[in-house]
Amino acid sequence: MHMSDGLLNAPVSVVFLVVAAVGVGFALVKARADLDDRTAPMAGLVATFVFAVQMINFPILPGASGHLLGGALAAILVGPYVGALCVTIVLVVQALLFADGGLTALGANVTNMALIGTAAGFLVAVALRKLALRGKGGLAAVAFVSAFVNTLLAATGFVVEYAIGGAGGVEIGKVALLMWGLHALIGIGEGLITAATVTSVAAIRPDLVHLLKGGAKPLEVRS
Amino acid sequence: MRKFFIGFAFVSLLIAGVLSYFASGDPDGLDKTVEDTGIAEHAQEHPFAGSTFADYAFGGDDKFTGLAGVLGVVVVLAVSFGLFWFLRKKSDA
Repeated sequence: MHMSDGLLNAPVSVVFLVVAAVGVGFALVKARADLDDRTAPMAGLVATFVFAVQMINFPILPGASGHLLGGALAAILVGPYVGALCVTIVLVVQALLFADGGLTALGANVTNMALIGTAAGFLVAVALRKLALRGKGGLAAVAFVSAFVNTLLAATGFVVEYAIGGAGGVEIGKVALLMWGLHALIGIGEGLITAATVTSVAAIRPDLVHLLKGGAKPLEVRS
Repeated sequence: MRKFFIGFAFVSLLIAGVLSYFASGDPDGLDKTVEDTGIAEHAQEHPFAGSTFADYAFGGDDKFTGLAGVLGVVVVLAVSFGLFWFLRKKSDA
């Protein structure tokens, strides 16, 4: 879902560079509370895993593929703020080292995949947290739904950006229909990968799954 | 603890280094959308399109996708671990 430069006009690209900078700055400030000697290495590994899995495009239709975005996955494992930073690092490395995703488009790409996707995935996961705590099946279902919503809303980010200032003047309904249709299919893949990953981590190290620890803040233990 | 972290890193290396050869080469959802609507005609070439590892290849040769993947894993791990370790709350020593 990495857009190239030129698909959005220059002013809109700049606006979303600013949006992305503000969002990532906010995440940097808030992430501190979720990072300690155990979760910091875990967060590095989550970013690395998202990078690796993003390389694997899976077929969805003849002539079309999709890949993991990873926002919900990261948010469930390491929290929304650290998760947004994980996806951001992946996008920056992809743009700079692998020429994947444009440079002026980086703001919009970060906004869609790292900010919108992660926030959406996390909010759904937190809303369904009770179900996630019920066991492996519950956690898998929550991971799947969060990841599916994350994919659809990240795709919606592009639709909105294109509506504000996209190149070519294509009818927005057409863009939206294609984006939502294709990403509903991609979202199923995203959901399956996220559910498999999160339940695997939870089976070995449930203490490293942020969602199972109690939302954005750890539960206070009173003595 | 250490075993889990090493295992997790190894899985990422395996995915980026080996499984990446089996990835679909078809356009992803956004690329398909902009291609089918003609928006893609406005896409500009990436400023780093000619760089060594552009498009997860090595000098344009995608026989080396696995190598590019391993490099990416190492770079993302170094950058993210560095940032998160720096940001973390220090445990009281």
